[in-house]
Amino acid sequence: MERMALTRSALRLFSGRFTQACQVRGYADAPSMSLTFAAPSQVLYNNISVKQIDVPSFSGSFGILPAHVPTLAVLKPGVVTVFENDGSTKKFFVSSGTVTINEDSTVQLLAEEAVPVDTLDISAAKELLAQSQSQLASASSEVAKAEAEISIEVSEALVKACE
Amino acid sequence: SQQVRGMATLRMISIRLKSVKNIQKITQSMKMVSAAKYTKAERELKLARPYGIGAQEFYKKAEVKDEEGEKGQLIIAVSSDRGLCGAVHSSIGRIVKTDIAANPNTKVVIVGDKVRNILQRLYAKNIAMVVTEVGRKPAVFGDAALVAQSIINSGIEFSKGKILFNAFRTVVSFRTTEMPLYSQNAVANASKLPVYDSLDSDVIQSYTEFSLASLLFYSMKENATSEQSSRMTAMDNASKNAGEMIDKLTMTFNRTRQAVITRELIEIISGAAALETKN
Repeated sequence: MERMALTRSALRLFSGRFTQACQVRGYADAPSMSLTFAAPSQVLYNNISVKQIDVPSFSGSFGILPAHVPTLAVLKPGVVTVFENDGSTKKFFVSSGTVTINEDSTVQLLAEEAVPVDTLDISAAKELLAQSQSQLASASSEVAKAEAEISIEVSEALVKACE
Repeated sequence: SQQVRGMATLRMISIRLKSVKNIQKITQSMKMVSAAKYTKAERELKLARPYGIGAQEFYKKAEVKDEEGEKGQLIIAVSSDRGLCGAVHSSIGRIVKTDIAANPNTKVVIVGDKVRNILQRLYAKNIAMVVTEVGRKPAVFGDAALVAQSIINSGIEFSKGKILFNAFRTVVSFRTTEMPLYSQNAVANASKLPVYDSLDSDVIQSYTEFSLASLLFYSMKENATSEQSSRMTAMDNASKNAGEMIDKLTMTFNRTRQAVITRELIEIISGAAALETKN
């Protein structure tokens, strides 16, 4: 009798852990998400299934995995990293734009300008930064100051992306 | 006097023939230019389509509906400054007219002179803004952003909105389509909005403003491609019609020329015969 109780409780413990393991496995089998990453003049991904996307946004940089909670975010100048299903990683610099994550795990990443990071020229980026800083110094109106600050933000991000 | 009339008609026909031949040359060269512009526009449209379709996804997935309100309707009519392109501008003008007749509380933002000319006479007070210098060069995102910014700065409020443009189907066909536009309030009250996490009014505002520019850009690209293909077809038809006129006129010219010659011969011969019989 004692032995039966022991076995029964052991089974219960064991089966509990087993079902937990099953649940974890189930979650990882969630359908991968479909990414559409485009700029007005080029298409980078059109409804392609990917594993993960890291995006820089004004509410913080975050990674998007399948079954991420639906949300909208505004992109900050920075690097978007796409982890494809075959394990490869691609990095793109984006200037601005929006990212939409829908309930059905489709992601629309609409960037105003997007370029692969390896096409960036660090010396040109540093030059742009110096130019924007002098623009800020000589800016007279609020609008000009804001434009110069935006320019500085983008060039700083560019320099950071090249490093 | 019949002789004189023959020669005069001959001259008139030859003047007309020369002018129709010139017109045919012009329409043929316009067709070539449009064909080149169409190829470029179609290429750029293909690259812009995923962007444009992606920009509409959120509104569909979040099931955003028009705001319940009395702020009226906003129509952004996309056309261009240049004509001779078939039904591209008139189809947009027609739909705007029926829309305004159905809801008088409508404001129209016109992109391009041609639709302005169509609406100016009867609906001038519904025109909120006109954008000119459209169509000469292919549109870039910056152009759409400029228009979007002007619309936002003008503070136009609306409950229901749409962008009216010509969606490109094939070289010989386009369809006048509308894309819905939603105000910030409409988005904030969307039935599925609570599903979306951590949204504040700043994010919604930035999102709707950027998406206005994106949707405008996409509609401009579609419209430009439709316009160029339509102009190509129209100029091709014009060249063919001119060709038919040239054939008919050449026939008439030759017939008249031969009639003039025959008449001269008859007069000479009958004059000679009269002299002979006199003798």
